[in-house]
Amino acid sequence: MTMFEIHIDSLQQSFSASSEQTLLSGMESLGKRGIPVGCRGGGCGVCKVRIDKGRYRCKKMSRAHVSAEEESQGYVLACRCMALSDIQLTVVGQMKKAVFGTQD
Amino acid sequence: MSMTGVLRPGHVQIRVMDMGEALTHYKERLGLQETDRDASGRVYLKGWDERDWFSVVLREADEPGMDFMAFKVDSVDTLRRLEGRVREFGCNVETIPAGELNHCGERVRFDSPTGHTFELYAEKDYKGTQMGLLNPDPWHEECLKGMQAQRFDHCLLYGDDLDGTIKLFTEVLGFKEAEQVYDGDLQIGTFLTCGMKAHDLAVIRHTEKNKFHHASFLLGSWEDVLRAADIIGRYKMSLDIGPTRHGITRGRTIYFFDPSGNRNEVFAGDYTYYPDYEPITWTADELGGAIFYHNQTLNERFLTVVT
Ligand code: FES
Repeated sequence: MTMFEIHIDSLQQSFSASSEQTLLSGMESLGKRGIPVGCRGGGCGVCKVRIDKGRYRCKKMSRAHVSAEEESQGYVLACRCMALSDIQLTVVGQMKKAVFGTQD
Repeated sequence: MSMTGVLRPGHVQIRVMDMGEALTHYKERLGLQETDRDASGRVYLKGWDERDWFSVVLREADEPGMDFMAFKVDSVDTLRRLEGRVREFGCNVETIPAGELNHCGERVRFDSPTGHTFELYAEKDYKGTQMGLLNPDPWHEECLKGMQAQRFDHCLLYGDDLDGTIKLFTEVLGFKEAEQVYDGDLQIGTFLTCGMKAHDLAVIRHTEKNKFHHASFLLGSWEDVLRAADIIGRYKMSLDIGPTRHGITRGRTIYFFDPSGNRNEVFAGDYTYYPDYEPITWTADELGGAIFYHNQTLNERFLTVVT
């Protein structure tokens, strides 16, 4: 098991993730923040990031959130993506505000 | 029990991205039983205490979410009558021939103002439970798998034209609103029942059409909800929130995600709804406790993450 350094450019935030775990679970298991956490299953899209530098592999991601074209440009869902080298990324996804609860 | 001709939620077809992983989740973890597969690769499941052939259909696809939710009605006559009424209401209506889903009779499929696809059907083959109908035991060992989900209970859906969907279900299909949520004058949530449960379908106002929040399954007790939480920990499943209690419907509950990111609930206990009851109303300033009664605060992921 190799550990890699994951760096979120805009937030000056770093954490390490193993080659066996997803970027999101690496972040969550160290109690770090920066990438929004939703379903952790590649379905909801809130953990979407763009990989700016580094090599990685991905499990199947919802096409509703990452098109084939985006996938070829380095957009991934962090809960489905595993590092193969150190990584630099930009957070793209966000929690959408539902009408339910908007008064807060 | 039905007062309206619509008996109960009958089935839900859920899209998953990997059938193998999904079957481990729904069979080994939730404890649903596989009852069939079809030529297109769909897998049919039911809870251990359900008698009809299936209540959950899984379909492999490249994006998760809900294809449709169906309600069983009490007769073919009711099916024809309600088909006419949803047409009159202005829904796009399609009839799906018997056998398109194995063991299921003709289905009347229609869309709702919130963009969801619903179906009605009158007939589904009898599969039965392990206990049978003659001098049955309360349960058999085959029923004690994973979380031991007894049956499919309801779905919670997100969509834009909430008022339209409430009108469709109450005025056309005879559902009642057991509980409703208001933000000032704007209704933002409805809990609809066709029988004597606190809800058979819940819908929340949302910016996009046709979103799936969760499918819910019934457990026997609060103790079973806690054991479901142990299973979530043991198998490192994706926990959303709980175990906790809802103010709305009073359910004792836990939420988690399937391996494709679809949310599931298992819960125990609500209350008996009688059709002469006035709706219970929740206001936005008390929404924290309405949703999560113990900590009285809203949870961003619970409110916004959908497939
Ligand atoms: S957390 Fe839902 S897609 Fe990653």
